[in-house]
Amino acid sequence: MNNNVNNPAPADNEAILGILNNSEAMLKRIYLAYFPMVLQLVITNNGNEDDAKDIYQEAIIVLYNKVRAGNFELSSKLKTFIYSVCRRLWLKRLTQLSRYGGDIHDLQEYLPVEEDIANHEEKDIQFNKMTGALGLLGEPCKTIIEDFYINDRSMQEICEKFGYTNADNAKTQKYKCLQRLKKLFFQQK
Amino acid sequence: MSDIELMAVVERYLNGEMNADERIRFEMLRRENAEVDNTVKEHQEFTGRLKQYGERLAFENLLNDIHNEIDVQALKDEFVHHPSLIVRLWRNHHSKISVAASITIFAVLGTLFLTGYLKSQKQENDVIYLKHEIAQVKHKNDVISQSINTLNIRPKQMAPSNYHGTGTGFAISSDGYLATNFHVINGADSVYIQNADGTAYHAKIVSTDPANDIAILKITDPSFKSFGALPYGFKRSKSDLGEDVYTYGYSKDDGFYSKGYISSGNGFKGDTVKYQLSMDVDFGNSGGPLLDAKGNVIAIISSKQAHTDGAFAIKSKYLYKAIQAIAPDSLRSDKIVLSSKSKFANLGRTQQLNKLQNYVFMVKVYN
Repeated sequence: MNNNVNNPAPADNEAILGILNNSEAMLKRIYLAYFPMVLQLVITNNGNEDDAKDIYQEAIIVLYNKVRAGNFELSSKLKTFIYSVCRRLWLKRLTQLSRYGGDIHDLQEYLPVEEDIANHEEKDIQFNKMTGALGLLGEPCKTIIEDFYINDRSMQEICEKFGYTNADNAKTQKYKCLQRLKKLFFQQK
Repeated sequence: MSDIELMAVVERYLNGEMNADERIRFEMLRRENAEVDNTVKEHQEFTGRLKQYGERLAFENLLNDIHNEIDVQALKDEFVHHPSLIVRLWRNHHSKISVAASITIFAVLGTLFLTGYLKSQKQENDVIYLKHEIAQVKHKNDVISQSINTLNIRPKQMAPSNYHGTGTGFAISSDGYLATNFHVINGADSVYIQNADGTAYHAKIVSTDPANDIAILKITDPSFKSFGALPYGFKRSKSDLGEDVYTYGYSKDDGFYSKGYISSGNGFKGDTVKYQLSMDVDFGNSGGPLLDAKGNVIAIISSKQAHTDGAFAIKSKYLYKAIQAIAPDSLRSDKIVLSSKSKFANLGRTQQLNKLQNYVFMVKVYN
Protein backbone atom coordinates (compact mmCIF):
# COMPACT_ATOMS: atom_id res chain seq x y z
CA MET A 1 0.00 0.00 0.00
CA ASN A 2 2.60 2.46 -1.10
CA ASN A 3 0.27 5.33 -1.64
CA ASN A 4 2.68 8.12 -1.04
CA VAL A 5 4.42 8.85 -4.30
CA ASN A 6 7.01 11.06 -2.61
CA ASN A 7 8.32 8.22 -0.47
CA PRO A 8 9.16 5.27 -2.68
CA ALA A 9 10.23 2.27 -0.64
CA PRO A 10 13.97 1.53 -0.78
CA ALA A 11 14.96 -1.81 -2.27
CA ASP A 12 15.03 -4.46 0.45
CA ASN A 13 18.73 -5.29 0.19
CA GLU A 14 19.57 -1.60 0.21
CA ALA A 15 17.42 -1.12 3.30
CA ILE A 16 19.09 -4.00 5.15
CA LEU A 17 22.52 -2.64 4.35
CA GLY A 18 21.44 0.76 5.63
CA ILE A 19 20.16 -0.72 8.87
CA LEU A 20 23.42 -2.60 9.42
CA ASN A 21 25.42 0.58 8.74
CA ASN A 22 23.24 2.54 11.13
CA SER A 23 22.26 4.94 8.39
CA GLU A 24 19.86 7.56 9.65
CA ALA A 25 18.89 8.52 6.12
CA MET A 26 17.88 4.94 5.37
CA LEU A 27 15.89 4.72 8.60
CA LYS A 28 13.99 7.75 7.50
CA ARG A 29 13.31 6.34 4.05
CA ILE A 30 12.08 3.06 5.48
CA TYR A 31 9.97 4.82 8.07
CA LEU A 32 8.29 7.13 5.60
CA ALA A 33 7.72 4.38 3.04
CA TYR A 34 5.80 1.95 5.21
CA PHE A 35 3.98 4.15 7.68
CA PRO A 36 0.91 4.74 5.45
CA MET A 37 0.33 0.99 5.20
CA VAL A 38 0.37 0.57 8.97
CA LEU A 39 -1.77 3.63 9.52
CA GLN A 40 -4.35 2.18 7.19
CA LEU A 41 -4.24 -1.20 8.89
CA VAL A 42 -4.80 0.31 12.34
CA ILE A 43 -7.42 2.83 11.28
CA THR A 44 -9.48 0.26 9.41
CA ASN A 45 -9.36 -1.94 12.49
CA ASN A 46 -10.69 0.25 15.29
CA GLY A 47 -7.54 2.27 15.97
CA ASN A 48 -6.38 5.85 15.64
CA GLU A 49 -3.21 7.52 14.38
CA ASP A 50 -1.52 7.42 17.79
CA ASP A 51 -2.06 3.68 18.04
CA ALA A 52 -0.59 3.37 14.57
CA LYS A 53 2.49 5.37 15.57
CA ASP A 54 3.06 3.26 18.68
CA ILE A 55 2.84 -0.11 17.03
CA TYR A 56 4.72 1.04 13.93
CA GLN A 57 7.65 2.27 15.98
CA GLU A 58 7.65 -0.95 17.93
CA ALA A 59 7.71 -2.87 14.67
CA ILE A 60 10.66 -0.81 13.42
CA ILE A 61 12.53 -1.63 16.62
CA VAL A 62 11.70 -5.32 16.11
CA LEU A 63 13.00 -5.07 12.56
CA TYR A 64 16.24 -3.40 13.62
CA ASN A 65 16.92 -5.94 16.32
CA LYS A 66 16.24 -8.77 13.91
CA VAL A 67 18.44 -7.41 11.16
CA ARG A 68 21.28 -6.59 13.54
CA ALA A 69 21.09 -10.05 15.06
CA GLY A 70 21.59 -11.35 11.51
CA ASN A 71 18.22 -13.12 11.53
CA PHE A 72 16.50 -11.34 8.72
CA GLU A 73 16.24 -13.47 5.64
CA LEU A 74 15.77 -11.63 2.43
CA SER A 75 13.38 -14.33 1.27
CA SER A 76 10.62 -12.52 3.12
CA LYS A 77 9.88 -9.04 1.90
CA LEU A 78 10.56 -6.17 4.24
CA LYS A 79 7.10 -4.81 3.67
CA THR A 80 5.44 -8.13 4.47
CA PHE A 81 7.55 -8.47 7.61
CA ILE A 82 6.64 -5.00 8.89
CA TYR A 83 2.98 -5.61 8.08
CA SER A 84 2.99 -8.97 9.87
CA VAL A 85 4.64 -7.59 13.01
CA CYS A 86 2.24 -4.64 13.14
CA ARG A 87 -0.73 -6.90 12.56
CA ARG A 88 0.31 -9.19 15.41
CA LEU A 89 1.07 -6.30 17.75
CA TRP A 90 -2.22 -4.62 16.92
CA LEU A 91 -4.23 -7.79 17.47
CA LYS A 92 -2.57 -8.09 20.85
CA ARG A 93 -3.36 -4.49 21.71
CA LEU A 94 -6.97 -4.89 20.62
CA THR A 95 -7.35 -7.96 22.79
CA GLN A 96 -5.90 -6.10 25.77
CA LEU A 97 -8.33 -3.26 25.20
CA SER A 98 -11.21 -5.75 24.71
CA ARG A 99 -11.93 -4.03 21.44
CA TYR A 100 -11.23 -7.10 19.36
CA GLY A 101 -14.40 -8.20 17.58
CA GLY A 102 -13.10 -11.56 16.41
CA ASP A 103 -11.73 -10.73 13.00
CA ILE A 104 -9.35 -8.29 11.42
CA HIS A 105 -9.72 -6.54 8.12
CA ASP A 106 -6.50 -7.48 6.35
CA LEU A 107 -4.84 -5.43 3.66
CA GLN A 108 -2.39 -8.06 2.49
CA GLU A 109 -0.88 -11.45 3.27
CA TYR A 110 1.23 -11.91 6.37
CA LEU A 111 3.84 -14.17 7.96
CA PRO A 112 3.92 -15.86 11.36
CA VAL A 113 6.13 -13.62 13.51
CA GLU A 114 5.47 -15.03 16.98
CA GLU A 115 9.15 -15.66 17.68
CA ASP A 116 10.21 -12.13 16.80
CA ILE A 117 7.45 -10.69 18.94
CA ALA A 118 8.46 -12.90 21.86
CA ASN A 119 12.10 -11.75 21.57
CA HIS A 120 10.95 -8.20 21.42
CA GLU A 121 8.78 -8.53 24.49
CA GLU A 122 11.70 -9.93 26.47
CA LYS A 123 13.77 -6.88 25.50
CA ASP A 124 10.85 -4.60 26.22
CA ILE A 125 10.59 -5.89 29.78
CA GLN A 126 14.29 -5.18 30.35
CA PHE A 127 13.90 -1.72 28.89
CA ASN A 128 10.93 -0.89 31.06
CA LYS A 129 12.69 -2.19 34.16
CA MET A 130 15.68 0.03 33.41
CA THR A 131 13.42 3.03 32.83
CA GLY A 132 11.72 2.38 36.16
CA ALA A 133 14.99 1.91 38.04
CA LEU A 134 16.52 5.10 36.61
CA GLY A 135 13.34 6.98 37.43
CA LEU A 136 13.59 5.92 41.06
CA LEU A 137 17.33 6.63 41.26
CA GLY A 138 17.03 10.41 41.57
CA GLU A 139 19.57 13.13 40.87
CA PRO A 140 22.47 13.53 40.62
CA CYS A 141 22.90 9.74 40.37
CA LYS A 142 20.75 9.43 37.25
CA THR A 143 22.73 11.99 35.30
CA ILE A 144 26.10 10.61 36.46
CA ILE A 145 25.15 7.09 35.39
CA GLU A 146 23.70 8.23 32.07
CA ASP A 147 26.67 10.45 31.31
CA PHE A 148 29.25 7.82 32.10
CA TYR A 149 27.68 4.54 30.96
CA ILE A 150 25.40 5.67 28.19
CA ASN A 151 26.83 8.86 26.76
CA ASP A 152 30.47 7.79 27.27
CA ARG A 153 31.55 10.97 29.05
CA SER A 154 34.89 10.83 30.87
CA MET A 155 35.15 11.09 34.68
CA GLN A 156 37.00 14.34 34.13
CA GLU A 157 33.98 15.91 32.45
CA ILE A 158 31.62 14.58 35.10
CA CYS A 159 33.80 16.02 37.85
CA GLU A 160 33.64 19.44 36.28
CA LYS A 161 29.94 19.27 35.60
CA PHE A 162 29.04 18.40 39.17
CA GLY A 163 31.78 20.39 40.82
CA TYR A 164 33.52 17.49 42.56
CA THR A 165 36.79 18.71 43.95
CA ASN A 166 38.69 15.51 43.38
CA ALA A 167 38.26 12.54 41.11
CA ASP A 168 38.11 10.07 43.98
CA ASN A 169 34.96 11.66 45.35
CA ALA A 170 33.37 11.39 41.93
CA LYS A 171 34.39 7.75 41.58
CA THR A 172 32.94 6.91 44.98
CA GLN A 173 29.75 8.70 44.12
CA LYS A 174 29.49 6.90 40.78
CA TYR A 175 30.11 3.52 42.45
CA LYS A 176 27.38 4.13 45.01
CA CYS A 177 24.99 5.26 42.34
CA LEU A 178 25.64 2.14 40.27
CA GLN A 179 25.12 -0.14 43.26
CA ARG A 180 21.80 1.59 44.01
CA LEU A 181 20.68 1.32 40.41
CA LYS A 182 21.46 -2.40 40.35
CA LYS A 183 19.46 -2.90 43.51
CA LEU A 184 16.51 -0.93 42.11
CA PHE A 185 16.72 -2.75 38.80
CA PHE A 186 16.57 -6.21 40.28
CA GLN A 187 13.81 -5.22 42.67
CA GLN A 188 11.58 -4.24 39.76
CA LYS A 189 9.07 -6.76 38.71
CA MET B 1 41.30 -4.14 47.63
CA SER B 2 38.00 -2.41 48.42
CA ASP B 3 34.87 -2.85 46.32
CA ILE B 4 35.31 0.61 44.87
CA GLU B 5 38.90 -0.10 43.87
CA LEU B 6 37.90 -3.45 42.41
CA MET B 7 35.18 -1.78 40.34
CA ALA B 8 37.66 0.78 39.04
CA VAL B 9 40.01 -2.01 37.99
CA VAL B 10 37.19 -3.99 36.40
CA GLU B 11 36.11 -0.95 34.42
CA ARG B 12 39.64 -0.28 33.22
CA TYR B 13 39.86 -3.94 32.21
CA LEU B 14 36.57 -3.94 30.36
CA ASN B 15 37.28 -0.64 28.64
CA GLY B 16 40.63 -1.99 27.44
CA GLU B 17 42.60 0.65 29.32
CA MET B 18 45.10 -1.81 30.83
CA ASN B 19 48.53 -2.38 29.38
CA ALA B 20 49.49 -5.91 28.36
CA ASP B 21 51.31 -6.72 31.55
CA GLU B 22 48.51 -5.52 33.82
CA ARG B 23 45.99 -7.39 31.71
CA ILE B 24 47.75 -10.75 32.03
CA ARG B 25 47.99 -10.32 35.80
CA PHE B 26 44.29 -9.42 36.07
CA GLU B 27 43.22 -12.34 33.93
CA MET B 28 45.19 -14.66 36.19
CA LEU B 29 43.39 -13.13 39.15
CA ARG B 30 40.04 -13.79 37.44
CA ARG B 31 40.90 -17.45 36.95
CA GLU B 32 42.01 -17.88 40.54
CA ASN B 33 39.32 -15.82 42.23
CA ALA B 34 35.76 -16.76 41.27
CA GLU B 35 34.40 -13.72 43.07
CA VAL B 36 36.41 -11.35 40.94
CA ASP B 37 35.39 -13.25 37.85
CA ASN B 38 31.71 -12.93 38.81
CA THR B 39 32.05 -9.22 39.44
CA VAL B 40 33.52 -8.77 35.98
CA LYS B 41 30.70 -10.71 34.31
CA GLU B 42 27.97 -9.00 36.29
CA HIS B 43 29.36 -5.58 35.60
CA GLN B 44 29.74 -6.32 31.92
CA GLU B 45 26.17 -7.53 31.66
CA PHE B 46 24.67 -4.67 33.58
CA THR B 47 26.52 -1.93 31.77
CA GLY B 48 25.53 -3.71 28.56
CA ARG B 49 21.91 -3.34 29.57
CA LEU B 50 22.43 0.31 30.35
CA LYS B 51 23.95 0.77 26.91
CA GLN B 52 21.02 -0.98 25.25
CA TYR B 53 18.63 1.17 27.21
CA GLY B 54 20.44 4.28 26.01
CA GLU B 55 20.46 3.10 22.42
CA ARG B 56 16.78 2.30 22.46
CA LEU B 57 15.99 5.68 23.98
CA ALA B 58 18.03 7.45 21.31
CA PHE B 59 16.41 5.33 18.59
CA GLU B 60 12.93 6.14 19.82
CA ASN B 61 13.76 9.84 19.82
CA LEU B 62 15.01 9.50 16.28
CA LEU B 63 11.81 7.73 15.26
CA ASN B 64 9.70 10.43 16.88
CA ASP B 65 11.65 13.10 15.01
CA ILE B 66 10.99 11.33 11.73
CA HIS B 67 7.39 10.79 12.64
CA ASN B 68 6.86 14.46 13.31
CA GLU B 69 7.72 15.18 9.69
CA ILE B 70 4.77 13.12 8.46
CA ASP B 71 1.50 14.87 7.81
CA VAL B 72 -0.50 12.17 9.56
CA GLN B 73 -3.78 14.01 9.23
CA ALA B 74 -3.53 14.12 5.44
CA LEU B 75 -2.73 10.41 5.28
CA LYS B 76 -5.53 9.65 7.68
CA ASP B 77 -8.05 11.59 5.62
CA GLU B 78 -7.04 9.52 2.65
CA PHE B 79 -8.01 6.33 4.46
CA VAL B 80 -10.79 7.50 6.67
CA HIS B 81 -12.99 9.58 4.45
CA HIS B 82 -13.19 7.13 1.58
CA PRO B 83 -15.57 4.69 3.20
CA SER B 84 -18.97 6.14 3.88
CA LEU B 85 -20.49 6.20 7.32
CA ILE B 86 -22.50 3.09 6.58
CA VAL B 87 -19.48 1.15 5.42
CA ARG B 88 -17.57 2.13 8.54
CA LEU B 89 -20.49 1.21 10.76
CA TRP B 90 -20.69 -2.11 9.01
CA ARG B 91 -16.95 -2.77 9.33
CA ASN B 92 -16.92 -1.92 13.00
CA HIS B 93 -20.12 -3.60 14.02
CA HIS B 94 -20.92 -6.22 11.42
CA SER B 95 -20.70 -9.13 13.83
CA LYS B 96 -23.16 -7.46 16.18
CA ILE B 97 -25.46 -6.51 13.29
CA SER B 98 -25.38 -10.05 11.97
CA VAL B 99 -26.37 -11.49 15.32
CA ALA B 100 -29.19 -8.98 15.70
CA ALA B 101 -30.43 -9.69 12.17
CA SER B 102 -30.36 -13.45 12.73
CA ILE B 103 -32.39 -13.09 15.91
CA THR B 104 -34.90 -10.83 14.17
CA ILE B 105 -35.33 -13.17 11.22
CA PHE B 106 -35.68 -16.14 13.52
CA ALA B 107 -38.28 -14.39 15.64
CA VAL B 108 -40.29 -13.26 12.62
CA LEU B 109 -40.18 -16.66 10.96
CA GLY B 110 -41.06 -18.33 14.23
CA THR B 111 -44.07 -16.11 14.73
CA LEU B 112 -45.21 -16.50 11.13
CA PHE B 113 -44.85 -20.22 11.30
CA LEU B 114 -46.81 -20.56 14.52
CA THR B 115 -49.67 -18.28 13.51
CA GLY B 116 -49.76 -19.45 9.89
CA TYR B 117 -49.72 -23.06 10.92
CA LEU B 118 -52.59 -22.64 13.34
CA LYS B 119 -54.65 -20.70 10.85
CA SER B 120 -54.25 -23.21 8.06
CA GLN B 121 -55.75 -25.82 10.36
CA LYS B 122 -58.81 -23.82 11.32
CA GLN B 123 -59.46 -21.11 8.79
CA GLU B 124 -58.51 -22.51 5.45
CA ASN B 125 -60.63 -20.19 3.37
CA ASP B 126 -59.09 -17.10 4.91
CA VAL B 127 -55.64 -18.27 4.02
CA ILE B 128 -56.57 -18.87 0.41
CA TYR B 129 -58.12 -15.47 0.23
CA LEU B 130 -54.99 -13.86 1.61
CA LYS B 131 -52.86 -15.69 -0.88
CA HIS B 132 -55.01 -14.31 -3.60
CA GLU B 133 -54.27 -10.76 -2.52
CA ILE B 134 -50.56 -11.41 -2.36
CA ALA B 135 -50.77 -12.78 -5.87
CA GLN B 136 -52.32 -9.56 -7.07
CA VAL B 137 -49.43 -7.57 -5.66
CA LYS B 138 -46.98 -9.90 -7.33
CA HIS B 139 -48.87 -9.54 -10.53
CA LYS B 140 -48.22 -5.81 -10.61
CA ASN B 141 -44.50 -6.34 -10.17
CA ASP B 142 -44.07 -9.02 -12.76
CA VAL B 143 -46.12 -7.83 -15.70
CA ILE B 144 -43.26 -8.13 -18.16
CA SER B 145 -42.38 -11.77 -17.65
CA GLN B 146 -45.69 -13.29 -16.73
CA SER B 147 -49.08 -13.20 -18.28
CA ILE B 148 -52.24 -12.41 -16.38
CA ASN B 149 -53.34 -16.00 -16.33
CA THR B 150 -50.26 -17.67 -14.98
CA LEU B 151 -49.90 -14.96 -12.38
CA ASN B 152 -53.45 -15.07 -11.20
CA ILE B 153 -53.50 -18.79 -10.85
CA ARG B 154 -50.08 -20.11 -10.06
CA PRO B 155 -49.08 -18.38 -6.83
CA LYS B 156 -52.42 -19.19 -5.29
CA GLN B 157 -52.16 -22.85 -6.08
CA MET B 158 -49.10 -24.84 -5.47
CA ALA B 159 -47.42 -25.31 -8.82
CA PRO B 160 -46.65 -29.00 -9.04
CA SER B 161 -43.34 -28.36 -10.76
CA ASN B 162 -41.49 -26.75 -7.91
CA TYR B 163 -40.43 -30.05 -6.55
CA HIS B 164 -36.96 -31.03 -7.78
CA GLY B 165 -37.48 -29.08 -10.96
CA THR B 166 -39.31 -31.90 -12.68
CA GLY B 167 -42.65 -32.12 -14.40
CA THR B 168 -44.40 -34.32 -16.92
CA GLY B 169 -44.63 -34.07 -20.67
CA PHE B 170 -46.26 -36.21 -23.36
CA ALA B 171 -45.74 -36.89 -27.02
CA ILE B 172 -47.98 -35.01 -29.44
CA SER B 173 -46.51 -36.28 -32.68
CA SER B 174 -44.49 -39.32 -33.72
CA ASP B 175 -41.43 -37.29 -34.71
CA GLY B 176 -40.47 -36.07 -31.25
CA TYR B 177 -42.68 -33.15 -30.32
CA LEU B 178 -43.97 -33.02 -26.75
CA ALA B 179 -46.29 -30.80 -24.79
CA THR B 180 -45.85 -29.71 -21.21
CA ASN B 181 -46.61 -26.69 -18.99
CA PHE B 182 -44.80 -23.42 -19.52
CA HIS B 183 -44.21 -23.14 -15.78
CA VAL B 184 -42.38 -26.48 -15.80
CA ILE B 185 -39.68 -25.30 -18.19
CA ASN B 186 -39.76 -21.58 -17.36
CA GLY B 187 -36.22 -20.31 -16.81
CA ALA B 188 -34.61 -23.60 -17.87
CA ASP B 189 -31.11 -23.67 -19.29
CA SER B 190 -31.45 -27.20 -20.43
CA VAL B 191 -34.29 -29.73 -20.59
CA TYR B 192 -34.12 -33.51 -20.61
CA ILE B 193 -36.99 -35.91 -20.89
CA GLN B 194 -36.90 -39.39 -19.42
CA ASN B 195 -39.27 -42.27 -20.05
CA ALA B 196 -40.44 -45.04 -17.75
CA ASP B 197 -37.41 -47.25 -18.31
CA GLY B 198 -34.95 -44.44 -17.60
CA THR B 199 -33.81 -43.52 -21.11
CA ALA B 200 -33.22 -39.76 -21.29
CA TYR B 201 -33.19 -37.50 -24.32
CA HIS B 202 -32.12 -33.92 -24.59
CA ALA B 203 -34.93 -31.65 -25.72
CA LYS B 204 -35.18 -28.05 -26.80
CA ILE B 205 -38.01 -25.63 -26.22
CA VAL B 206 -39.69 -24.98 -29.56
CA SER B 207 -42.37 -22.60 -28.46
CA THR B 208 -44.04 -21.30 -25.36
CA ASP B 209 -47.43 -19.85 -24.62
CA PRO B 210 -47.10 -18.29 -21.18
CA ALA B 211 -50.62 -16.93 -21.23
CA ASN B 212 -52.10 -20.43 -21.38
CA ASP B 213 -49.18 -22.09 -19.57
CA ILE B 214 -48.26 -24.35 -22.49
CA ALA B 215 -44.83 -25.20 -23.87
CA ILE B 216 -43.88 -27.32 -26.88
CA LEU B 217 -40.62 -29.27 -26.72
CA LYS B 218 -38.78 -31.17 -29.41
CA ILE B 219 -36.33 -34.01 -28.82
CA THR B 220 -32.98 -33.01 -30.32
CA ASP B 221 -31.01 -36.07 -29.24
CA PRO B 222 -29.38 -37.80 -32.25
CA SER B 223 -30.14 -41.20 -30.70
CA PHE B 224 -33.87 -40.55 -30.94
CA LYS B 225 -35.63 -42.05 -33.97
CA SER B 226 -39.39 -41.94 -33.68
CA PHE B 227 -42.20 -42.56 -31.22
CA GLY B 228 -44.13 -44.53 -33.80
CA ALA B 229 -47.81 -43.88 -34.17
CA LEU B 230 -49.35 -42.37 -31.04
CA PRO B 231 -51.93 -44.65 -29.42
CA TYR B 232 -54.10 -41.80 -28.16
CA GLY B 233 -55.99 -39.15 -30.04
CA PHE B 234 -56.69 -35.50 -29.30
CA LYS B 235 -60.18 -34.18 -28.76
CA ARG B 236 -60.64 -30.56 -29.61
CA SER B 237 -64.20 -30.03 -28.48
CA LYS B 238 -65.17 -29.35 -24.93
CA SER B 239 -65.73 -32.28 -22.63
CA ASP B 240 -68.78 -32.55 -20.42
CA LEU B 241 -69.23 -32.16 -16.73
CA GLY B 242 -68.90 -35.36 -14.80
CA GLU B 243 -66.95 -37.12 -17.52
CA ASP B 244 -64.58 -39.79 -16.22
CA VAL B 245 -60.98 -38.76 -16.83
CA TYR B 246 -57.57 -40.02 -15.81
CA THR B 247 -53.96 -38.96 -16.01
CA TYR B 248 -50.55 -40.53 -15.90
CA GLY B 249 -47.53 -38.53 -14.81
CA TYR B 250 -44.38 -38.33 -12.74
CA SER B 251 -45.38 -36.93 -9.40
CA LYS B 252 -42.67 -39.22 -8.01
CA ASP B 253 -39.77 -41.06 -9.61
CA ASP B 254 -42.07 -43.70 -11.04
CA GLY B 255 -45.13 -43.12 -13.15
CA PHE B 256 -48.30 -42.31 -11.25
CA TYR B 257 -51.86 -43.02 -12.32
CA SER B 258 -54.81 -41.08 -11.00
CA LYS B 259 -58.44 -40.85 -12.02
CA GLY B 260 -61.35 -38.57 -11.32
CA TYR B 261 -64.01 -36.55 -13.10
CA ILE B 262 -64.54 -33.10 -14.52
CA SER B 263 -66.16 -31.13 -11.73
CA SER B 264 -66.43 -27.78 -13.49
CA GLY B 265 -66.16 -26.49 -17.01
CA ASN B 266 -64.16 -23.55 -15.80
CA GLY B 267 -61.07 -23.27 -13.64
CA PHE B 268 -60.22 -21.18 -10.63
CA LYS B 269 -62.40 -18.07 -10.32
CA GLY B 270 -64.04 -18.59 -13.68
CA ASP B 271 -60.82 -19.20 -15.64
CA THR B 272 -62.22 -20.41 -18.99
CA VAL B 273 -58.90 -21.84 -20.15
CA LYS B 274 -59.17 -24.71 -17.68
CA TYR B 275 -61.34 -27.45 -16.38
CA GLN B 276 -61.68 -28.05 -12.72
CA LEU B 277 -61.22 -31.68 -11.79
CA SER B 278 -61.92 -33.75 -8.80
CA MET B 279 -58.77 -35.77 -8.86
CA ASP B 280 -55.73 -36.46 -6.76
CA VAL B 281 -52.65 -34.96 -8.40
CA ASP B 282 -49.39 -33.96 -6.84
CA PHE B 283 -46.22 -32.02 -7.48
CA GLY B 284 -44.70 -33.26 -10.70
CA ASN B 285 -47.98 -34.04 -12.44
CA SER B 286 -47.81 -30.67 -14.17
CA GLY B 287 -47.74 -31.04 -17.94
CA GLY B 288 -49.24 -34.52 -17.95
CA PRO B 289 -52.02 -35.50 -20.34
CA LEU B 290 -55.64 -35.71 -19.16
CA LEU B 291 -57.45 -38.44 -21.04
CA ASP B 292 -61.06 -39.39 -21.21
CA ALA B 293 -62.33 -42.97 -21.06
CA LYS B 294 -61.93 -43.45 -24.83
CA GLY B 295 -58.28 -42.45 -24.78
CA ASN B 296 -58.54 -38.92 -26.09
CA VAL B 297 -56.33 -36.22 -24.67
CA ILE B 298 -58.76 -33.55 -23.54
CA ALA B 299 -56.49 -31.34 -21.40
CA ILE B 300 -53.10 -30.82 -19.81
CA ILE B 301 -52.79 -31.05 -16.04
CA SER B 302 -51.49 -27.71 -14.77
CA SER B 303 -52.08 -27.07 -11.13
CA LYS B 304 -53.88 -28.09 -8.00
CA GLN B 305 -55.95 -26.23 -5.53
CA ALA B 306 -54.46 -25.63 -2.13
CA HIS B 307 -55.84 -27.75 0.70
CA THR B 308 -58.35 -29.72 -1.41
CA ASP B 309 -58.36 -32.56 -3.88
CA GLY B 310 -59.23 -30.18 -6.70
CA ALA B 311 -56.97 -29.92 -9.72
CA PHE B 312 -56.95 -27.80 -12.87
CA ALA B 313 -56.21 -28.80 -16.43
CA ILE B 314 -55.75 -26.67 -19.55
CA LYS B 315 -58.30 -27.49 -22.25
CA SER B 316 -56.92 -29.17 -25.37
CA LYS B 317 -58.30 -26.31 -27.49
CA TYR B 318 -55.43 -24.20 -26.20
CA LEU B 319 -52.94 -26.88 -27.13
CA TYR B 320 -54.22 -26.67 -30.72
CA LYS B 321 -53.86 -22.90 -30.53
CA ALA B 322 -50.31 -23.14 -29.20
CA ILE B 323 -49.32 -25.44 -32.05
CA GLN B 324 -50.89 -23.19 -34.66
CA ALA B 325 -49.11 -20.19 -33.21
CA ILE B 326 -45.66 -21.71 -33.70
CA ALA B 327 -43.79 -19.64 -36.22
CA PRO B 328 -43.58 -21.63 -39.47
CA ASP B 329 -39.79 -21.47 -39.70
CA SER B 330 -39.23 -23.06 -36.28
CA LEU B 331 -41.03 -26.15 -37.48
CA ARG B 332 -38.81 -26.91 -40.47
CA SER B 333 -40.78 -28.65 -43.18
CA ASP B 334 -43.02 -30.85 -41.11
CA LYS B 335 -46.08 -29.56 -39.33
CA ILE B 336 -47.51 -31.02 -36.19
CA VAL B 337 -50.84 -32.57 -36.92
CA LEU B 338 -52.67 -33.78 -33.86
CA SER B 339 -54.30 -37.10 -34.59
CA SER B 340 -57.93 -37.26 -33.62
CA LYS B 341 -58.06 -41.05 -33.75
CA SER B 342 -57.50 -42.96 -30.57
CA LYS B 343 -56.49 -46.61 -30.68
CA PHE B 344 -57.56 -46.86 -27.04
CA ALA B 345 -61.28 -46.87 -27.64
CA ASN B 346 -61.80 -50.58 -27.14
CA LEU B 347 -59.11 -51.26 -24.60
CA GLY B 348 -59.44 -51.64 -20.85
CA ARG B 349 -57.84 -49.10 -18.52
CA THR B 350 -54.80 -51.26 -17.67
CA GLN B 351 -54.06 -51.91 -21.32
CA GLN B 352 -54.45 -48.23 -22.08
CA LEU B 353 -51.97 -47.40 -19.36
CA ASN B 354 -49.50 -50.00 -20.62
CA LYS B 355 -49.38 -48.24 -23.97
CA LEU B 356 -49.63 -44.74 -22.57
CA GLN B 357 -46.54 -45.22 -20.39
CA ASN B 358 -44.27 -45.14 -23.42
CA TYR B 359 -45.46 -41.71 -24.49
CA VAL B 360 -45.45 -39.87 -21.19
CA PHE B 361 -42.13 -38.54 -19.93
CA MET B 362 -40.61 -36.99 -16.91
CA VAL B 363 -39.36 -33.50 -17.86
CA LYS B 364 -36.15 -32.66 -16.02
CA VAL B 365 -35.25 -29.02 -15.91
CA TYR B 366 -31.73 -27.72 -15.25
CA ASN B 367 -31.12 -24.12 -14.38
